[in-house]
Amino acid sequence: MIEMQNLSFGYSGNDPLLADMSLTLQPGSFHFLTGPSGAGKTTFLRLCYADLLPSGGRMAAFGQDVRGLSRDGIAGLRRRVGVVHQDTQFLDHLPVAENIALPLLVSGEQVDMPALGELLAWVQLSGHARAMPPELSGGERQRAALARAVIMSPDLILADEPTGNLDWDMSMRLLQLLIELNHSGKAVLIATHDLNLIRAAKQQVQARVLRIAGKRLQLAGADL
Amino acid sequence: MKKSLDLAALWRGLTRPDPAGTDRVVPPTGFTAQLTVFSAAAMAFLAVFALALALATGRMAERWSSELAQTVTVRITAPPEQIDQQTATVLAALKTTPGIAQARLLPDDEVEGLLEPWFGPDVPVEALPVPRLIEVTRAAEGFDAEALRLRLEGEAPDAVLDDHTRWRQPLVSAANRLRVLGLFSLLLIAAASGAMITLAAKAALAANGQVIRVLRLIGARDITIATAFVRRFTRRAAMGAAGGTALATAAVWALPEMDQAGSFLTGLGFQGWGWLWPLLIPVAAAAIGFVATRAAALKMLREVR
Ligand SMILES: Nc1ncnc2c1ncn2[C@@H]1O[C@H](COP(=O)(O)OP(=O)(O)OP(=O)(O)O)[C@@H](O)[C@H]1O
Ligand SMILES: [Mg+2]
Repeated sequence: MIEMQNLSFGYSGNDPLLADMSLTLQPGSFHFLTGPSGAGKTTFLRLCYADLLPSGGRMAAFGQDVRGLSRDGIAGLRRRVGVVHQDTQFLDHLPVAENIALPLLVSGEQVDMPALGELLAWVQLSGHARAMPPELSGGERQRAALARAVIMSPDLILADEPTGNLDWDMSMRLLQLLIELNHSGKAVLIATHDLNLIRAAKQQVQARVLRIAGKRLQLAGADL
Repeated sequence: MKKSLDLAALWRGLTRPDPAGTDRVVPPTGFTAQLTVFSAAAMAFLAVFALALALATGRMAERWSSELAQTVTVRITAPPEQIDQQTATVLAALKTTPGIAQARLLPDDEVEGLLEPWFGPDVPVEALPVPRLIEVTRAAEGFDAEALRLRLEGEAPDAVLDDHTRWRQPLVSAANRLRVLGLFSLLLIAAASGAMITLAAKAALAANGQVIRVLRLIGARDITIATAFVRRFTRRAAMGAAGGTALATAAVWALPEMDQAGSFLTGLGFQGWGWLWPLLIPVAAAAIGFVATRAAALKMLREVR
């Protein structure tokens, strides 16, 4: 689904933040992405949904070179990739349920109300459907973000520190949701520095762990 | 970018009803909205008067210049014993003047008719020292009024060439100039409306930068985002302008009847089908709102990936 070859990226021209990265994300795979804070995990994910464009190398998403994508092409790519952003943003003037349904609305698709209800129940937000986003707790925001990320049934789900400010129980619940999605055939990539989360996941899915170290992407071994 | 915001697609987005409520993705902007509606109304109000001015002065210039083109009169106020001889001399002179199509001595009953408004129906024209009037119709090429005047002075000293050109010409050019000013004002009003709507749209777009960013991130196309803004501002501009136009048209309609005084001031209005002209103002306002907001949205979206 996503193919990178010798990819490099830098915010400022001369000094790349990420260099010489090669990776292929297969359908149905489950990946963790780790690395110290500031290593470039968020940056890596932004490259995946064409929020940033690579400075060097090649990257294709769903068979298309991202650098050749038009603005509408980028919008199309984002409809096929569900993203849970690190700093989850909602439209604060619309209730939670509508925020979750927003990707359908902006792509002109019909909102299936029973399905939306099921999705809300799945992320345990049924009671908050009509709440406004600023009224949600951190964990509720993360789950709402996950619901919004999956409503278009994307083939790939990217989650950036989805458990960043959650307690252990809530983290486990969210991980469970992501694992369920993976079991239903979706590829999942989670950026996190929470090793306990990775260990917990490894007991249930075949997860591969990628690590950004020294600007490069490495496949971490069985040391976890 | 160009393609995703092409006008046809935007037009379809604008004219289609919005059952899904896509417009709601942009939060309501109460105060900006009211200001936009008010400014559009004020501009439309002014535009109606500029339009009325342009149309009225146009009519006036046309009427005056067509009257100008028609006739000139020669008035002869000689003593009774000379009047017949001088009249004959003048008629002969006019016949030989190049550029004159016809010279006709007005018969007494027509002169009586002209005098009636001043002296009543039973004027004894014979008893009054009524001047003789000769109506001169100029040929297409016109004649040299100054040369004719000099010649008449020599041959018939009591004949006066009454040339309306001398006082009407400046009026015609004033009317024409006023019409140009009216049209220019319309242009200025249109430009100012465009500027004002651009400012309002830019303010709304800037205030909603975060909303636009979120929408892009979840896969909204530029056209979807732009339509939400363009629809809003086009509608406001049209609504405001419709209100302003209605008020101003009513005000023009309520001006005193033009026959009552027949002067320039009371002639300021619309005539016949001319009353349909103001209908174009809300349409123009909508078009201006559409173009201005679209340009602002295009520019803004370019900064968001
Ligand atoms: N827009 C930007 N412009 C310039 N530099 C940036 C920008 N965004 C991030 N950086 C820098 O790039 C580096 C990587 O940032 P990134 O957010 O990808 O790190 P991260 O691995 O996600 O960190 P964390 O675990 O804290 O979320 C950091 O040093 C950061 O300061
Ligand atoms: Mg990060």
